[in-house]
Amino acid sequence: MNRPVSPDALVHYVADEKLADLKPPASVLPPWPVALFRTYFGTPGTAAITIVCLAVLAWTLPPFLTWAFINATWTGTAAQCREAGGACWAFIGEKFWFSVFGLYPFEQRWRPATVLVIFAVMVAFSTQRVFWRRELVYAWLAVLALMWGLMGGSVLGIPIPGLEPVATRLWGGWLVTIFLSVFGLAMAYPIGIMLALGRRSRRPVVRALSVAWIEFIRGVPLISLLFIATFIVPLFMPQGVEIDRLIRAQIAFIAFAAAYMAEVFRGGLQAIPKGQFEGAQSLGLNYAQTMRFIVMPQALKITIPAQVNTFIGLFKDTTLVLIIGIFDFFTTLRSALGDSNWLGFATEAYLYAAFVYFIACYTMSRYSQRLEKDLNPERVR
Amino acid sequence: MSTIETPPAARTAFWNDPVKRGLALQAALLAFVVLVVWAAWSNMSANMVARGLTFGWDYLSRPANFAVGEGLIPFAPTDSYGRALVVGLLNTLRIAVVGIVLATLLGVAIGVMRLSSNPLLARLVAGYVEVVRNTPLLLQLFLWYAIINTLPGPRQALPLGPGMYLSNRGMKVPWVEWSHVLWPVVWAFVAGIVAAVIAARALKRRREATGDAPPTLPIAVALVVVPPFLALAVQGFPATISVPVLQGFNFTGGIELSPEFVALLLGLVLYTAAFIAEIVRGGIVAVSKGQWEAARALGLPSPRIMRLVILPQALRVIIPPLTSQYLNLTKNSSLAVAIGYPDLVHVSNTTMNQTGRAVEVILVFALVYLTISLLTSGFMNWYNGRVAIRER
Repeated sequence: MNRPVSPDALVHYVADEKLADLKPPASVLPPWPVALFRTYFGTPGTAAITIVCLAVLAWTLPPFLTWAFINATWTGTAAQCREAGGACWAFIGEKFWFSVFGLYPFEQRWRPATVLVIFAVMVAFSTQRVFWRRELVYAWLAVLALMWGLMGGSVLGIPIPGLEPVATRLWGGWLVTIFLSVFGLAMAYPIGIMLALGRRSRRPVVRALSVAWIEFIRGVPLISLLFIATFIVPLFMPQGVEIDRLIRAQIAFIAFAAAYMAEVFRGGLQAIPKGQFEGAQSLGLNYAQTMRFIVMPQALKITIPAQVNTFIGLFKDTTLVLIIGIFDFFTTLRSALGDSNWLGFATEAYLYAAFVYFIACYTMSRYSQRLEKDLNPERVR
Repeated sequence: MSTIETPPAARTAFWNDPVKRGLALQAALLAFVVLVVWAAWSNMSANMVARGLTFGWDYLSRPANFAVGEGLIPFAPTDSYGRALVVGLLNTLRIAVVGIVLATLLGVAIGVMRLSSNPLLARLVAGYVEVVRNTPLLLQLFLWYAIINTLPGPRQALPLGPGMYLSNRGMKVPWVEWSHVLWPVVWAFVAGIVAAVIAARALKRRREATGDAPPTLPIAVALVVVPPFLALAVQGFPATISVPVLQGFNFTGGIELSPEFVALLLGLVLYTAAFIAEIVRGGIVAVSKGQWEAARALGLPSPRIMRLVILPQALRVIIPPLTSQYLNLTKNSSLAVAIGYPDLVHVSNTTMNQTGRAVEVILVFALVYLTISLLTSGFMNWYNGRVAIRER
């Protein structure tokens, strides 16, 4: 616009070039050595804490590192290990594949190996939220059946042609741990949802039965359920009918997991505001529709972190099958301790097992923390 | 008032009537459960007959013929299975009570340390919590047991503190020895507690009526502590503290804790403390900073801010999960069977192997755990109800 401008109005208040950056106020940020000193030695109390911590580290770390790395034997025989005096990682190397596959027939090991690969691929897919759709559930069901079939050579009693049957007492190692926890979770999930809904049902019989199940199972140690599965359940079966030992332990584990999952889901259900139920009712949805389309999707979503935490607990609890003599990863490893050529390396074996469990559980818990952030973006600051 | 004619209700099929449908559903469910239980029961009876087993509780009074490693009450192999199970139960309660006390102390300390402004301490403690929480307890128990077994013998025992020694034979700690049971002291203690409760109530009433605040806590503590000491003094101090001393190849004096007990206690305490630490940290973080500032603005001194403002709010967050940790510790103590500490499950397992009474034995110990769990959670719910927000 070409409006006539008086010379007085040529004063303008908009800067037409970038101003120089302001320097940070000198007094606020001390130079980093000073900041570091203040953090660790700023007050007498802090200084004392730092010194005690350093002392503890100096006292424990060097002997451990010397034992675990400097004097350690990585490959070789038990005699060489004893001579070196440090940790005998050669023992772990020797027993590694045994801890993965257990007593599974050597020439058939390609089957559990395939199962492990399929399982790893499925887990990798399932962690990505893009794949969280109905098809993933079907895929998992198919994969679980495939895993079971490959391992045992039959699905639901129907033998698979070309695969030699392998009895479950020969299964062992990582495979059994994975089977116990994954099948446990897969079956406990729907049962847990039913129990949680049952516990909030208006029908007294349904409610009483659900509460009885949940409270009984949560009130007794897992060991008693495993004992019941091992010693009492065979008595409950009609004569001549025998259920496989691993499957019995699996059933006990599912019953256990279902009760704990039910409490997680119940927490989610309680967190859904009443308005959601009322809104669904005013739309004319019946109970099943309300639950399926309105309540459950929200309740399941908000409890995902809790579900993962419960699963971590269940995963750790699979080690208890040691007491009834089922060869999961930890039991297999412990049985390797009995090898007369390699006596006295229990600490190494336990550290290796701890390392494996730690990696698995820590990954899961970090994943659940990330999910918690992703799923509740509004709560993140 | 005019009456409104209600139209005759349309006849609906009974499966569309919510009340009848509900009843039918429940009846069907109940019938199913009864059927399953009945089938299991009749199969069990048939199986037991076929295997020559009988159902009954007579085994409880038969001699056990096995030794129990340790116990709070004396036990000989000629005593009954029933007594063996009681010894096991007392061992379970012993590990649970000691474990809960130690795990709470350690857990609170660690939880506070995680909030330390010194990053070195906070990180170290966080590392400990992560490692312990993410590995199975059973594994940790075996590890501690293996480590205790590789320790030197009593002659080179590790000194842990004044009068405390750890060796491959277990742990030696000082202990109070008394010549006879000190009932007057016990009664003085009980009377002290009663007096303290009455005094605290009276002082509270007075504070609310007049506004001046007498020192309630010191008075209550004095009322609990002083009477037992007076009773002891009257009796001429018949109790002495016995400190373990190395003599020859072993220690004399003090009491010995078995390697199994020490390994189990260590494992349970370190494991549960990590969980309690997270709960405590969460509880303290949950109380907003504004609460501190507001309390300070009211002029309350720091200890009272903690006691009257922060703790009541933090406890509300802390107590429910803390309860389940206590129950977890008690239930986890059943892992004792794996390392050979004679707790209830371990004794039950031996009894079961010797008598073949699987059903009765498992029933007994499952019911005992269930009772402990329900009692504890009932008590904690009551307490939780007391500290919960009273909505008006």
